[in-house]
Amino acid sequence: MKSTEFDYAVPHSLEEAIKILQNYAGNAKIISGGQSLMPMLNYRLLSPDILVDLQAISGLNEITVSQSGTTLGSRVRWVDIEKHSSLHLAQPLLCSAISHVAHYQIRNRGTVGGSLAHADPAAEMPGLAMVLDATIDVMGPEGIRTVQAKDFFLSQLSTSISPYEIIVTVNLPFWLNDRKWGFSEFSRRKGDYAMAGAAVWFDVNSHGEAFNIHIGLIGLGEKPIRLSQAEGKLENKSLSQPLIEDVVIDCLANISFQSDMNANENYRRSLMSEMILNAFSQASFTVNK
Amino acid sequence: MHLKININSQFIEADVAPRLNLADFIRHELGFTGTHVGCEHGVCGACTVLVNGEAVRSCLMLAIQANGQKIITIEGLSNDEQLSALQMSFRKHNALQCGFCTPGFITTAHALLTNEPNCDENRIRDVLSGNLCRCTGYVPIVQAILDARIHYQNLGGE
Repeated sequence: MKSTEFDYAVPHSLEEAIKILQNYAGNAKIISGGQSLMPMLNYRLLSPDILVDLQAISGLNEITVSQSGTTLGSRVRWVDIEKHSSLHLAQPLLCSAISHVAHYQIRNRGTVGGSLAHADPAAEMPGLAMVLDATIDVMGPEGIRTVQAKDFFLSQLSTSISPYEIIVTVNLPFWLNDRKWGFSEFSRRKGDYAMAGAAVWFDVNSHGEAFNIHIGLIGLGEKPIRLSQAEGKLENKSLSQPLIEDVVIDCLANISFQSDMNANENYRRSLMSEMILNAFSQASFTVNK
Repeated sequence: MHLKININSQFIEADVAPRLNLADFIRHELGFTGTHVGCEHGVCGACTVLVNGEAVRSCLMLAIQANGQKIITIEGLSNDEQLSALQMSFRKHNALQCGFCTPGFITTAHALLTNEPNCDENRIRDVLSGNLCRCTGYVPIVQAILDARIHYQNLGGE
């Protein structure tokens, strides 16, 4: 339960950090809060030659709220999101979901960029990036490129960023004030990784029909997903509990759930269905919380 | 690598291996053995210390990452003559048995009550979800912290 030996560097710019990553030819890891990385190191699931600490690079811990959306720097911590003065109005679904991330002490260190890079399929932030149509700016030797969340997560603990790239920001599109949303997750112990979690949001037109339906799921399979089949079936419909239930149960039947020592496949599928229905029922009475 | 920190109001300089975590540095190099190491992967909360006033798991932070920071361990929260308000309250409510987890609970509760002296029981339970106790049970611990709030309220929210 002790990590292997490694070097440690604290660069003062992203350019300098990227040079170090290149010098170590892919056997370097980036550390910020370290709340996911440190357990991986202690278990010796990772044994990098060097850790590159981002703590001295300025500008990575900023939260910007504007008419074009919200930008979270990669070093923004969960506690920064929690304490921000206007984020709960600008991104209510984000703030509600983030309140489920880990425990008090971890929230003081864990970062948005760290969670995205770690890419645990049960973590909230990767799921939020998917359901909020986020884009992620990553910087590498050739400069900054923008990656859609759906192209970012490849599989469990695996992303499309190269070993020489660093996450700079995650960008969330502007959130309409009267948007409906809900978030629900289940874990055995408060703050643990979710066994199942669902985030939903949609807009409602003047005829009372829902459009722009987004359903994001965490805690199943290889990566956070969107339940796009259900999104399509519910689009432009007047939503009712029985309709949502029929569609969700139908669509979840086509998705495989894992069986493990914690729960079998059927239990996990019905838990997920419950989380989605909870999230929809919250959404039906969320008006700009 | 060279490290300068302020720990329990002492300035300390040391050379550390990069892989040394903050918990092991505090215990083995500095001898503050009140910080306990339970799970070493961020689940049990026994190693909680304060870094710049915030509760942090010292097993999930490298010692070298604490360079230039202000650390307070359980030893820094009381003096030899007198128990702190939280310690007294824990004793009064029988909020410990073996005591292994207690430093983590006290440092966490101190950070919470310093920042949120008016927190309610739900908030306390929410925050304590990051600390495990395997013998006392949580009810007396929650009671002890609720009872100690008055002390922090009188400090005027520091």
